[in-house]
Amino acid sequence: MSLPPATLFQSQRRNRIAVVALPYAWLILFFLAPFAIVLKISLAEQVMGIPPYTPLFQDGQLATSVANYLFLLSDSLYARAYGNAIWFAGWGTLGCLLIGYPLAYGIVRAPANWRNGLLLLVILPFWTSFLIRVYAWIGLLKGNGVINNALLWLGVIHAPLPLINNAFAVYVGLIYSYLPYMVLPLYAALEKLDPTLLEAASDLGCRPRQAFWRITLPLSLPGVAAGCLLVFIPMCGEFIIPDLLGGSDTIMIGKVLWDEFFTNRDWPVASTVAVAMLLLLLPAVGAVRRHLAGETR
Amino acid sequence: MVAHLAIERVVKRYPQAVLPAVNGVSLELAEGEFFALLGPSGCGKTTLLRLLAGFEQPDEGRIAIAGQDMAGVPPYARPVNMMFQSYALFPHMSVADNIAFGLRQDRRPRSEIETRVKTMLDLVKLGALARRKPHQLSGGEKQRVALARALVQEPKLLLLDEPLTALDRKLREETRFELVRIQQRVGITFLLVTHDQEEAMSMASRIAVMDQGRIVQMGAPDQVYEKPADRFVAGFLGAINLFSARVVAASGGILSLDSAEAGARLAVAHDHALSPGTEVALALRPEKISVRPTPDPAWANTLGGTVRGVAYRGEASDVEIELPTGKLVRVALANGERSAQARLAPGQSVALGWGRESAVALER
Repeated sequence: MSLPPATLFQSQRRNRIAVVALPYAWLILFFLAPFAIVLKISLAEQVMGIPPYTPLFQDGQLATSVANYLFLLSDSLYARAYGNAIWFAGWGTLGCLLIGYPLAYGIVRAPANWRNGLLLLVILPFWTSFLIRVYAWIGLLKGNGVINNALLWLGVIHAPLPLINNAFAVYVGLIYSYLPYMVLPLYAALEKLDPTLLEAASDLGCRPRQAFWRITLPLSLPGVAAGCLLVFIPMCGEFIIPDLLGGSDTIMIGKVLWDEFFTNRDWPVASTVAVAMLLLLLPAVGAVRRHLAGETR
Repeated sequence: MVAHLAIERVVKRYPQAVLPAVNGVSLELAEGEFFALLGPSGCGKTTLLRLLAGFEQPDEGRIAIAGQDMAGVPPYARPVNMMFQSYALFPHMSVADNIAFGLRQDRRPRSEIETRVKTMLDLVKLGALARRKPHQLSGGEKQRVALARALVQEPKLLLLDEPLTALDRKLREETRFELVRIQQRVGITFLLVTHDQEEAMSMASRIAVMDQGRIVQMGAPDQVYEKPADRFVAGFLGAINLFSARVVAASGGILSLDSAEAGARLAVAHDHALSPGTEVALALRPEKISVRPTPDPAWANTLGGTVRGVAYRGEASDVEIELPTGKLVRVALANGERSAQARLAPGQSVALGWGRESAVALER
């Protein structure tokens, strides 16, 4: 190199900054900036006009109010919708875990030349639109749908089962839709587990079932945490599934947000609902992240 | 007397493999013995170890440990522990928890677990690191944790799969003595598997050399080294010069050989007479050859040659000498004096010689 060392160092430094700057610029532009706008709108008030909310500065003064946040606290509809969202997402996540873990475990244990094919089957539904797949569930679950008709024809039941527009249908939709997001991180965690560790456990007097609880499960916990986060957070904000498959008692916060924004045209309250959701979820995400950092250190 | 470990004509075949991985191995170990299975990779030694641990089932033959037949006994029920080549330490458990794993599995009382883990930590000198996780340990420390974990249940037989391979050279040599010291202290039967002949010979009281699923030769290390049964064993246990030769005469325990490769008639002691005309190989270790400027009348066998190269190794020098026939002979000369290495230079004419007892005639 003909460059003097100091210049070389500086140019390396510049390159490094350039490499890091690009993703950061992307995040600031497309994530942080929109979020700042949402936050700003949540502190404004609804007005008739375009845009349908009060500006940030009025008469040269900062005009913000937390009235929307107080409104959220005063109307029990919102608390119930948040509670419902977390409740459905929580049980939905557990359902995904209980189905996804054995599935991922089975794929890892399958013969090597089968594994890629089986993984492909897990992600195959992604090739069809999410919306269409949820609509397809209506056809399966409705009163004269495929499942009820089949059961009636077989004589197992004499009247159609209430399979749709209730909590059951919401769980079916949630678990079905988000299962791949649970299986993939679990597969990654289980796949890198060294089989020699299980042999060592067996050698030290551990039966296969005990070895699962003492070796396999603890070592796959980072995958469990990653999968649960990936599934739980979008489930909390889900509105298509409760809208299409749920009933009046399965109202979730994503649906409320949608209604505030599109039906009521109340941008400030809709924004407040979104920001409050974030504030609710951040501590949980932070706790899981801290736990993961502790595991891997 | 019943052998502590008895392996009888054990055969293990893998599907798609032409030859069985283990092809009729029989072996008996006494209690408290330090035994080494030595062989190149793919010779079946690791498969044999896995058969003993119970990870694989033999297709034929019988394995008995302390008189108990091991057929159908799963790994977790065998009185055997294994030290894995990769150590296989549980990454989510501390050093102490790794060592306590087997005892907790046996549902030992808490106080007993504590004392036994502490005894093991002291034995492998890891007392200060009990709370560390495996990834905070050096290679040598991991190796000692693996050893402690395998010993703490006081197995009837400890299997060691290439236990020193992952260590660097200096640590490897120190650890050999350490392993022997620990084995003598605990008195447990050790079965070591290795491809390193120095490792096997320096630690074990008996070794078995394996090739292609069979035991080729078994005996005390010096016995196997000095009297290899065939060319494979001779070549596998350190460097050796082989001269193909034909028996000319046999009398009084001495064979007279005619070797075109050596370009001379050679005499070698042999425990039984061979009929004239038998093809043999004369095997001669590099350190058994003397090199002088002129022949020594005391030598039973004398050859002349030219020095082709000298490789200085520190404690010894490897010298390559070309015979008039074109055959290259390797000689190892101890550098007993500081100037010793200066005596030989490439191009120099020398005489090399050895006694009748220094070489062996190999019939295979």
